[in-house]
Amino acid sequence: MNASYTYAVARPFRLDLLAGLRGVDGAPVRLVRHDDLVAVVSSVPDTGFDERSLEALPRLAEVARAHHAVVAGVAAHTVTLPCRLATIHRGDDRVAAVLRDRYPRLRAALDRLAGRVELGVKVYTEAGPPAVAASGPPAEVPAGTGPTAALGGLPSNIHTDAEPPTAGSPEAARSGRDYLRRRRAEQRAREEGRGAAHQAAERMDAELAALAADHRRHRPQDRRLSGAEGEHILNVAYLVAADQVGAFTAQARALAGGGLRVEVTGPWAPYSFAPPDEADEPAEDLT
Amino acid sequence: MTELTTRAPQAPAPNLADVLERVLDKGMVIAGDIRINLLDVELLTIKLRLLVASVERAKEMGIDWWEHDPTLSSRAIREVER
Repeated sequence: MNASYTYAVARPFRLDLLAGLRGVDGAPVRLVRHDDLVAVVSSVPDTGFDERSLEALPRLAEVARAHHAVVAGVAAHTVTLPCRLATIHRGDDRVAAVLRDRYPRLRAALDRLAGRVELGVKVYTEAGPPAVAASGPPAEVPAGTGPTAALGGLPSNIHTDAEPPTAGSPEAARSGRDYLRRRRAEQRAREEGRGAAHQAAERMDAELAALAADHRRHRPQDRRLSGAEGEHILNVAYLVAADQVGAFTAQARALAGGGLRVEVTGPWAPYSFAPPDEADEPAEDLT
Repeated sequence: MTELTTRAPQAPAPNLADVLERVLDKGMVIAGDIRINLLDVELLTIKLRLLVASVERAKEMGIDWWEHDPTLSSRAIREVER
């Protein structure tokens, strides 16, 4: 038995425009139609396409690429609502029922997306956080030679009260205080730098949002894990008129500088502007 | 064929981390008949970002959990990197 894997819901288009584009596992793509809506589907075995296999990264990558290729292929020709990965029904009649049951909502979503594409903008700080100043912890600062030696007159009432001073201990205490003071200053500078970067990114977002029909904030990607240079401080998807892509991209890139790096991705089918999850609605009895 | 929209310019193939961010986290959710409960999306994308970004760099940082993860043989990593 085969099941139907749905890539996207779209306005009708000529399937031959996809020029033989294949879906997951090389299966041919077909259209399931209801009124003036189509679902773009292909067959997958109803056994053997399961979550266990999708936990293997190469398999997931393969399916994700195939899914995305079909969505992008369709979006190049018609208004497209991309579905989430692995949307699977028992057959085409079940897919048609989805189109029928959700018709008003799908139509409204497509109307809103007509003539628009999604662009991703990722903003990074130019480099990692400022390096910690050259000196190490107090133990590495020879007593009396550190910068605190010049400030010998400062009261040393923090660590030295309890015990009689031994040779070198006031200096060590001063080095310690100085170290902590320096660390605090560095931390403050780092936070101020980060705050300024975030403020600049917010301004950037406001400026770009003004050029877009809609925008969605996404979670920044983890720097340690993405391997990207700098801290990822802003990750936004913008819904932009298709004929404004060039202008929008140029504007986004022009906003780089001042320690911020800008990366523009897309155009994407409007993945980030799909209607809200059905999970929020009362469950339907589909059986 | 009355409703063709402006054709979007052809973009270069996007990187896998960006694709996964969209196909796993975004996109329209339609409850299917066959439920595929994907591995926790965040965990999955973190795993994938790590692999996709740079295996070498991750190793430099001492992150090598996949070498102990049965779903991620070294062969699998090579395939993902390809």
